[in-house]
Amino acid sequence: MPDTALAPLPRTAARAGTDAPPLLPLEVRDLTLEIGGKTLIDRLNLSLGESGITMVMGPNGSGKSLLLRLLHGLIAPTGGAISWAGNPAGPAITKRQALVFQKPVLLRRSVAANMDFVLRTRRGRAGPGRDALLDRVGLRGKAAQPARLLSGGEQQRLALARALATAPEMLFLDEPTASLDPASVHLIETIVADTARAGTRVIFVTHDVGQAKRLAEDIVFLDRGRVAETAPAATFFDASQSDAARAYLEGRLLL
Amino acid sequence: MQDFAEAFRLAFQLVASGDADLIEIVLLSLRVSLSATFVACAIGLPVGALLAVSRFRGRGAALIVLNAMMGLPPVVVGLLVYLHFSRMGPLGFLGLLYTPTAMIVAQTILIAPIVAALSRQVLEDLFAEYAEQFRSLCLTRLQTVRALIWDGRYSLLTVGLAGFGRAVAEVGAVMIVGGNIDHLTRVMTTAIALETSKGDLPLALALGVILLTIALGVNAVVQSIRMSAERMAYA
Repeated sequence: MPDTALAPLPRTAARAGTDAPPLLPLEVRDLTLEIGGKTLIDRLNLSLGESGITMVMGPNGSGKSLLLRLLHGLIAPTGGAISWAGNPAGPAITKRQALVFQKPVLLRRSVAANMDFVLRTRRGRAGPGRDALLDRVGLRGKAAQPARLLSGGEQQRLALARALATAPEMLFLDEPTASLDPASVHLIETIVADTARAGTRVIFVTHDVGQAKRLAEDIVFLDRGRVAETAPAATFFDASQSDAARAYLEGRLLL
Repeated sequence: MQDFAEAFRLAFQLVASGDADLIEIVLLSLRVSLSATFVACAIGLPVGALLAVSRFRGRGAALIVLNAMMGLPPVVVGLLVYLHFSRMGPLGFLGLLYTPTAMIVAQTILIAPIVAALSRQVLEDLFAEYAEQFRSLCLTRLQTVRALIWDGRYSLLTVGLAGFGRAVAEVGAVMIVGGNIDHLTRVMTTAIALETSKGDLPLALALGVILLTIALGVNAVVQSIRMSAERMAYA
């Protein structure tokens, strides 16, 4: 486990002075996703500011992962609109974002080759190099190892390093610490907090209330494909306004 | 049965003595079939990869046609190539009929659909695993195809092997376009057919033994490469 205080996160493109128009704020209006006659995201409305960490919470099947994929442009909505500082979603927006999946998708290559593959897609944008990123996630000593033979925690750290290699202005994380040991969770949380401080906007899906309390500045709570509540983190945990959120926090809400 | 055993004994003597005619036939067979496999992979792998990552109107029909072409009869392919390369054919001016090049062309046509169809299946499974990650990175189709072929390289070795196996074992196409000319276009399969019809079983059996040994050897090499790749989680 590396000393998280020793290796500062390199500057990201978000602060590197690009000519691109601003990405944020984000406005989502009546976002709807229907698949096979079933409404999975139901006229969802959401506004997000320009900085910080937003945690998305909600019971299984409430649409958290789908929401990330819709915002990142991996799925096209069947209704509603997503506006990034007035611009519609599209490849130009997706390129400025990164998503870390719950189950890391690693190429059948070495750790270093996984990083190089993504770094080549950065297309000249400024950002941290391979060694600095691997150093940051504690994997520099394993650069030559096959990526798919890493432990679960190491694979997720590599996935995070790979996401940061794209120098994203917006980072989506879909339960990146699910089923990881406490040390790996701590390291990933530290890196995410540093990334947010360095100027990258973070949207983080989690079921871990403790994690949300540690990291979140605000909470978006989903229930049955809709936003049941948005609130600053402290307010959400101390005085939830929605019945669904209170039931969830008390362990009573099942979809 | 005694004749059969005697034929086997003579066959092994021929192999052990390094008979010049035998070696010439074996080397030409390998040159033709390996060249055809190389060209078929150069054509079939990108086609298979493109089909794996593309969704277009008529894709299902294209896959049916491609899969059907895996069973192309060698004699029909040989006949078509013959008609094109014959003196009156559209490519007759090239003067390729009854040359190893014509045999390579015929075998390439025969196995390129096999390589394309099998690689499409292998790479489609791989793409299903990588698709969201690649969309997240906004990869171009060319970048996607290159990444899939590289990451599927060990599985694709088996695809190439299937193509080579089909090429080196077929007799109909090379017989028609090559003509089985001694010291020019005689390969193992055409020689086996000829020597058997002449009753020269030892040479036919010797060639058969070599053909089987090559098939076993190539399979063993590919299998060992795949196993070492699997140990590294690269396959």
